[in-house]
Amino acid sequence: MAASLDDYRSISPPGSVDILWRMAEKLRSRKFLRISANQSGTSVAEMLERHTPLLQELGIDARWEVIRGGEGFQAACQAFYNMLQGEEDRFNEEMLQQLVATNRENARQLSFDADVVLIHDHQPAPLIDIRPQEGKWVWRCHLDIARPQRKAWAVLRQFVVKYDAAVFSLPKFAQRLPIPQFLVYPSIDPLSEKNRELSENEIRGTLDRLGIPRDKPILLQASRFHRFKDPVGVIEAYHIAKKQNDCRLVLAGAPAAGEEGRRLLAEMEEAAAGDPDIHILQLPENAEIEINALQRASTIVIQKSTREGFGLMVAEAMWKGKPVIGGFAGGITAQLIYEVTGYTVNSVEGCAFRIRTLLNNPELAAKMGNDAREFARWHFLITRNLGDHLALLTTLLR
Amino acid sequence: MLGRRAADVQELLDGLEEVPLDSIYFHTHSYFLRHPYIAGPYPNDFANWAAIQLRDRVLGERLAVIDPFEVGDLDALRNELVTILDDHLSHVGSVPRVVYGELFFFMQSRILAVPTGIKARTLTEFREGLERVDSSAVYFHVLAAMARKGKRRNDFVVWIEEGLGLKELAAKVGAVNPYATSLEGVRKRLINLCEQAEREGH
Repeated sequence: MAASLDDYRSISPPGSVDILWRMAEKLRSRKFLRISANQSGTSVAEMLERHTPLLQELGIDARWEVIRGGEGFQAACQAFYNMLQGEEDRFNEEMLQQLVATNRENARQLSFDADVVLIHDHQPAPLIDIRPQEGKWVWRCHLDIARPQRKAWAVLRQFVVKYDAAVFSLPKFAQRLPIPQFLVYPSIDPLSEKNRELSENEIRGTLDRLGIPRDKPILLQASRFHRFKDPVGVIEAYHIAKKQNDCRLVLAGAPAAGEEGRRLLAEMEEAAAGDPDIHILQLPENAEIEINALQRASTIVIQKSTREGFGLMVAEAMWKGKPVIGGFAGGITAQLIYEVTGYTVNSVEGCAFRIRTLLNNPELAAKMGNDAREFARWHFLITRNLGDHLALLTTLLR
Repeated sequence: MLGRRAADVQELLDGLEEVPLDSIYFHTHSYFLRHPYIAGPYPNDFANWAAIQLRDRVLGERLAVIDPFEVGDLDALRNELVTILDDHLSHVGSVPRVVYGELFFFMQSRILAVPTGIKARTLTEFREGLERVDSSAVYFHVLAAMARKGKRRNDFVVWIEEGLGLKELAAKVGAVNPYATSLEGVRKRLINLCEQAEREGH
């Protein structure tokens, strides 16, 4: 059964659910439409799925629509995405026309009758060209576009400047634009399968099923196997730390697709070869309970990314009371207060050093984990995110 | 977000001279609202950036010690910050620049005042309300009010003194220094003061 706002009262900071009701009073019956490109399988879809009923409970006429397209559209979106994130790819004029045409086709099926329309990411961005006169249109960017390929950003920018405002997840992702730009951190849902409390039996049963013994401290990096997440660097840091501290390393995630994914996996296996305490777990995208249990069973959670979006897996681990060692990248620096809720590191050696620090100082690790959970409670829960959206609506509609 | 950024002390100084006063307010006063429970090592964004991202601890410490509620209005605060940066630049051989850290991004915010619906007629009701209200209400009635009315005349002080007639308690509440703690620290301290006054029969 879907959670209601009252379910968050005992979890969120004092008074925060009450203030949502108060903020929503002046927005009651306002029409709020959000459009994205995926029904499921992405963090944006996950967030929208959980936000929409809660906004409706607050009396807001909230809707979520999804645009759909064929293989050509998907390929264009992927190439566009890669280039916006700074990678080399081939997003050409033909792909742009495909993107625009698919948005036009979708527009014929959609009703844009809303006071505020929030368009998520690059795929539906061209819908702005079909906007009706009424309503405020806002572009919501979840991507790391701090260092995009210039040509890709030039294409996207021609759509973005036509919006009434833009929302970014981090200041460093914002761009030079002639429209107001707002900052809204993403959030986690403490009641979702990935984050809810688990019984000791559930944790034990899940780790048994995954073949992970709990006989020594567990270091965990739970993240897609991608070069930007530096899983090989994590194995190297573990090897250094292991010389002084006995521990296990679990790398859990879905492999990156294609030839590059296979190559990275082979490198990880080679780096781990011969060490029975290194576990490389290939999990499906929806392995929520497994990730939850692994995070809860871990002594330290690592997210040694060299390039990152917001990196909500850090907030997930913090919410479970774990000290986190994170790479100095993306939103990790916004989540980790150095020496308070965790450590940001810039190298393999730095990661190894902080693993040793935490393994040799269990009291420090426990205090850091407690502070991390409280920091997550105040900054990265869904209730704060809902409040930010209500503030955004209030600002746009006054 | 203002779309303006700084990679070194000179760019921070240029930005400070030119950004709207709301941006100065955001990076100093409203730091407490954004970090109600656990804050960074220093109590404003400028000091934290200098010490952590720029790795200039001396500048961080000099910027940290400014109490925005002591300085006066925002123009005076801007002037104080600019003077410190200018003086720092005149004493260092080269302009400190971010190498491994993050740039400074100028931002601004606006306060949306929302009635919480919580009312108090007695000291006990006030203390009970304080225990359950969102921390932003503590910010609005204490820190934002101090910026509007002066350091020792926040909304709670005025109401306790004029509404309840408890001058001694009002003076103690006015003496709580939010600059040295967090919003949650202020809430706890105020609740303790109220409980103490209740025990004394008020």
